[in-house]
Amino acid sequence: MIKTASTAIALALTASTASAATDISWWHGMGGRNGEVINEIAQQFNEAQDQCNLTPVSRGTYEEALSSGIAAFRSGEQPNILQVFDAGAATIIAAGGATVPAEDLITGAGEEFDRDAFIAGVRNFYADADGKFIGMPFNSSAPILYYNTEAFEAAGVEPPKTWEEFEEIAPKLKEAGYIPMTASQLTWMMVENFKSRNNQQFATNNNGYDGFEGTEILVNDDNQKMMFEKLKAWADEDLYGFYGAGWADNLKPFEEGEAAMWIGSSGSFGGLQQSADFEFDAVYMPYWDSIEGAGTQSFIGGAALFAMAGKPDEENACTAQFFTFLTSPETQFFYHRSTGYVPITEAAYELAKSEGYYDEQPVAEVGIQQLMLEGGEWSKGYRMGFYPQIRSVMEREFNRIFSDEVSVDEAFSIIEEEGNALLARFAKTAK
Amino acid sequence: MTDTPLSLAEADSTLFARLRRWWSGETATPVKRVQFDRPLTPWMFLLPQLAVVAIFFYWPSVQAVTSSFYLEDPFGFGATFVGLDNYTEALTSRGYMSTAAFTAFFCVVVTALSLGLGLLLAVKADKVIRGAETYKTLLISVYAIAPPVAGLIGMMFFDMHMGPFTQIAAWFGHDLRVGIDYWDTATALIVISVWKQIPYNFIFFLSGLQSVPVSVREAALIDAKSGWRRFCDITLPLLAPTAFFLLVINITYTMFDTFPIIDVIVKDKPANNPMTLVYKVYLDGFKGNDIGGSSAQSVILMVVVALLTVLQFRFLERRVHYG
Repeated sequence: MIKTASTAIALALTASTASAATDISWWHGMGGRNGEVINEIAQQFNEAQDQCNLTPVSRGTYEEALSSGIAAFRSGEQPNILQVFDAGAATIIAAGGATVPAEDLITGAGEEFDRDAFIAGVRNFYADADGKFIGMPFNSSAPILYYNTEAFEAAGVEPPKTWEEFEEIAPKLKEAGYIPMTASQLTWMMVENFKSRNNQQFATNNNGYDGFEGTEILVNDDNQKMMFEKLKAWADEDLYGFYGAGWADNLKPFEEGEAAMWIGSSGSFGGLQQSADFEFDAVYMPYWDSIEGAGTQSFIGGAALFAMAGKPDEENACTAQFFTFLTSPETQFFYHRSTGYVPITEAAYELAKSEGYYDEQPVAEVGIQQLMLEGGEWSKGYRMGFYPQIRSVMEREFNRIFSDEVSVDEAFSIIEEEGNALLARFAKTAK
Repeated sequence: MTDTPLSLAEADSTLFARLRRWWSGETATPVKRVQFDRPLTPWMFLLPQLAVVAIFFYWPSVQAVTSSFYLEDPFGFGATFVGLDNYTEALTSRGYMSTAAFTAFFCVVVTALSLGLGLLLAVKADKVIRGAETYKTLLISVYAIAPPVAGLIGMMFFDMHMGPFTQIAAWFGHDLRVGIDYWDTATALIVISVWKQIPYNFIFFLSGLQSVPVSVREAALIDAKSGWRRFCDITLPLLAPTAFFLLVINITYTMFDTFPIIDVIVKDKPANNPMTLVYKVYLDGFKGNDIGGSSAQSVILMVVVALLTVLQFRFLERRVHYG
């Protein structure tokens, strides 16, 4: 229904604009309120100028958007702009001929482009090894720790900065009658961002940036396994609740006031404001004090926009114009306010501050501040092919860990083995 | 053997009878010859159907077979011929083999349970005289529910936070964790799939039962007092064509049409939950963008289904007696 509605809106948008304009299309994987915001942004762009007419089309989920983009490209029917999520970035970046690098597109159209205008945390994730932007960062988020203020008052504890502090306060929250913590999507929280927050190498070849040939995943190490040994021990002592791989199943106990903490996306807070009838706040996602050099910024999650290749120049000029429009402080602030995703430029962040937005909504600032923390050698990003499949392997093994079917040691050996097999397979396909 | 109008089951049984004759090489005596005045006319009538088959079946099948021998970048920039690599990779992978084993188990259990329960309900409903229509409508109505909706309804019952089945299991001391525990999820999957398929089997069995002539039943009543004996010796053999037809349909159902139910249960994140081979083809191809690998898997699946169908007709169908 959402899809039908957004298509209807998109059609309405097309109809209302003058026919002389160049039409460009934008396929995305957002639904619900976030999908409506995309239509609003497109409308703002169409009203702001009269040479281009942008039509956004929802293609289902992130994965479905990527698959339909690929299928369309193969039959020469690709859209001008395709939204691709973090885990799918390697797939589209590896296929060099499928996209026009965002930076080339913008400078080629004679517009300004300044890498340093972007906040540090988003600069590298969708860029090549030299820092050139291939994808245009769009909706960006960070994993943060939400907590129920009432629960913390009842237990008389402070929100944890580190996992060591978590171990101290969790039993008190349990005594106060709460499940101390739940977390959605362990792959994103406890592997990818375990690596970034603790400044740990994630893959050989400079986290995969230096080429697909010979890239191997690094997850079978003591620190990574320690994180899961701890999680499993916490789960056994009822200090952590594991509810499977589904996002919402792990969020639910927090929304219902049963869990005191939940690790989720900075982009979740808009939804939480509606679903939670208690006071909540958020802090950075914890790191390990015992790991040297930990406490660095997290990877950005979310998705980026890619300009698809094979389009006429006048359409590419419009795409470039839209990318510039999208990064303007006003658009970014509007998007930040409407969805909870972080602003991606320093200027937009300053604008939000000067408008007093964070005085009203302090939670909205946590994600961006975490992305602006000091960067480490390994917190810039990672690039691994077939990564969505590697995530599925991890999800499978994590479920097995928490249902006592496999030990943490064994699980990570399997993830390493199957992950490396997938990476090797991808290296063979990438040209 | 009967002067009642041709029932659904019988219409199907004649189809199978024809297929059987074709298999055994017998020729049927044509009832009457229809002659077209122009030789092209029959082809014109056949064309739409042939086009549909060619476009939606042969063409994609050929594509699947071709790409199963290649390792390909998702965007189609380069394909490397890898021979049978994709097949050996699938057949030696732990994930694929455990999915295959689950699919076989799932097929047997769901088919047996939905056929058995469908037959039981049909036999019981056939005997009911008062309020028969109400019973039948209630039993059949489930069939009108679309599979994804059936999955959603089922998941409300099995929800790990507030599902009534989870609570009932808790009374018996079992912590039901659908979505986390492999066998808990398998149980939910089987219950929902069986529930969805029973009405279909019920309709066919009921119409099959109603076409058993009253004279035969009455004759049987004189010969045997035991209802069970009469059921085994008279009713069951007469139902055999219907049962065979349903067996084929139910196996196809469990292998292919349970897809939306699985999709709803695993919620986009299969993790370690059980799934069928078809779902794995979709995951690897559409979510993982591994076109060569998932093509190889779908070719394997095509071969398995073809073999299964041939076996069914070759061995099982011979034992079925068509009236």
